[in-house]
Amino acid sequence: MIRRVLAVTVKELLQLRRDWRTALALLGMPVLLLMIYGYALSFDVQDIRLAVVDSSRSAASRQLLQAFLQSGYFVQVGALDDTRPLDALFDSGRAQAALVIPRDFAAALAARRPTGVQFVLDGSDSQTASTILGYARQVVAAAGPSLAGLELEPRVAARPLVWYNPNLESSIFLVPGLLAFILMVSSVIATALAVVREKERGTMESLRATPLLAIELLFGKTLPYLLVATVAAATSLALAWALFDVPVRGEIGWLAAVTVLFLAGGLGWGVFISTLADTQQVAFQLGLLSSMLPTLLLSGFIFPISSMPPALQAISHIVPARYYIATLREIVLKGVGPEVWWNDALALVAYGAVVLLLATARTVRSL
Amino acid sequence: MRTLINILVKELLQLARDPKILPILFVAPVVQLTILGYAATTDVRWVELAVCDLDRSVASRALVDAFTSSTYFREVVAVGEQRELDPWLDSGRARIALTIPAGFAADGAAGRSVAVQLLADGSDAMVGTLGLSYAQGVLRAAAVGGLPEPVDLLPTVLFNPDLVSRFFMVPGVLAMIIMIMTMMLSSMALVRESELGTMEQLLVTPLTPGAIIVGKLVPYALIGAVEITTALPIVLFWFKVPLEGSLATLALLTLPFMLCTLGLGLLVSTAARTQQQAMMISTFVFMLPQIYLSGFIFPIQNMPAAFQWVTYVIPLRYYVTVLRGVFLKGVGLEVLWPQGLAMLGLGLLILSVARLRFRQRLG
Repeated sequence: MIRRVLAVTVKELLQLRRDWRTALALLGMPVLLLMIYGYALSFDVQDIRLAVVDSSRSAASRQLLQAFLQSGYFVQVGALDDTRPLDALFDSGRAQAALVIPRDFAAALAARRPTGVQFVLDGSDSQTASTILGYARQVVAAAGPSLAGLELEPRVAARPLVWYNPNLESSIFLVPGLLAFILMVSSVIATALAVVREKERGTMESLRATPLLAIELLFGKTLPYLLVATVAAATSLALAWALFDVPVRGEIGWLAAVTVLFLAGGLGWGVFISTLADTQQVAFQLGLLSSMLPTLLLSGFIFPISSMPPALQAISHIVPARYYIATLREIVLKGVGPEVWWNDALALVAYGAVVLLLATARTVRSL
Repeated sequence: MRTLINILVKELLQLARDPKILPILFVAPVVQLTILGYAATTDVRWVELAVCDLDRSVASRALVDAFTSSTYFREVVAVGEQRELDPWLDSGRARIALTIPAGFAADGAAGRSVAVQLLADGSDAMVGTLGLSYAQGVLRAAAVGGLPEPVDLLPTVLFNPDLVSRFFMVPGVLAMIIMIMTMMLSSMALVRESELGTMEQLLVTPLTPGAIIVGKLVPYALIGAVEITTALPIVLFWFKVPLEGSLATLALLTLPFMLCTLGLGLLVSTAARTQQQAMMISTFVFMLPQIYLSGFIFPIQNMPAAFQWVTYVIPLRYYVTVLRGVFLKGVGLEVLWPQGLAMLGLGLLILSVARLRFRQRLG
């Protein structure tokens, strides 16, 4: 049995080696994505283009503007006399925010009357807009008391402390998601395509004519992808550690064990899809919809699960990447052991078992 | 022209003969829309909060209430000792932990300033960052204690007043459909002919390579257009995304984007020998970097200068601006012409490179 499985594995590996582009894509692309994650992506917003309409033209209004510019988040793109040109600035995107200081700003402050400044924002990118609004609130709340000549000691101060990722770097938190994504693409979609290719080319019949059992064929076809995916994941993790100082605080052994569990489920799902599809295009679409998109969007990788509506939160429970990413964050960033993440690992075991059973049952039937 | 129509018909027949692809083609946009519309929200709400109230006074309970009465926090546990917080943060069941020290009420009453401790789980940087800033907002409001701030910030949000992230995520599905259909599936269709060895048969027909390319690519552009037509009513009437601009502008500016993605599909097909490779190359080299570097999820202005330069050759960057411009800002060609021109230029460039490579492969 093992010899026959190995024979199929060797055949598949040979095919994969001849086809160096797939191997390159599987091994090289994670590196490219990691670079993008590590160097380019962050949710912070800097150099916000701020247009200013200062109708007050007073020492106080200039002081407020200085507070904005000195915060480091804003750069001034225009000083306007009135608000009319703002429309064009916002339509073309040349300004992202505008600060409008009213004529009686200084007078109101001098008279100890509460006053307001208007802050206009481009909401078409709502994520950036909320961040900008947060910054503006901070600036005004910090500058307000001194402008009004008050020595307002904040009565409740916060002492924030961030654990696991003190500088809140996005590369550190995106790496587990990247691993899950690479593993998902290479296990589910690559496997499904590899099996369906045999059907499409008509070579499935020749394989069936050999004394191979369905289950041996299944193992033989999936093992090479298990190998390649593991190598890709290990490379990414090593690079993340070397380039971006992503700490690996927990046990490598646990990490490997959980990864294999996750991969087993993914490979099973890939085989399952391959029994449904007759062409690689169909297999790809099924894989995209059932594994790639959920891994990207429903796993808590980028978008927090707690903010999703209850129905989607329920669906996220059958997305294996959800458990895998949670466990990875716990092992890699928090360095905690199985006593904390055993239930996530158990979910992965259950998922793998169900999917592999389904896949085997269907393969046996379809062969 | 007749030969072109012949190959178009052949490709559509082949697609229609596969009974499984058609349902998928119509289910796909619905699934993508649902996920983008409901899951892809960057608003952080109901952050799991663990509370350690060492003061147990009216004032400390009022502070906890200030946290939990906002939609930002949801109290998951109240512990009696600070070290009991660790397992909650370790397991991720709590994201932010608030510790109120003993003497909080007494110090506050005596006019001394008091400090509370906030612990944030940074392993999810987004929830951590936003959770901390919400928490500081709650604390500031509690500190001012109802007194008006001397200077108030009166925000006016243009184009999307309630900052609904759905409004800028959902139109993105149009870009996604176009990329999947015209870049990924079309490249697989082209490679399929070489993989099955039927490309030679096509080449011995009197068809020119140009006609083969157009005939193989156009069906996917057509199906993409049909999918968009199915998706648009859902975008507009189910998700109620406002369409401030005109559909004509959108359609007109979608054409140059399709030109780019069709060109990329062709380019992928010249680089791949198997459909598996075509899938890998289009996913990893074109699809993901485009999504990440287009400003769709992560702001471009915050990327290092080198990456900002890279974004200029990414067609999706311009198309995202077009989508937001037409849907939310209601601007037309008078503002969006540079984006249209950029996509047209990129599209022609990509197509000519791809065509050159395609001829080389055949020759």
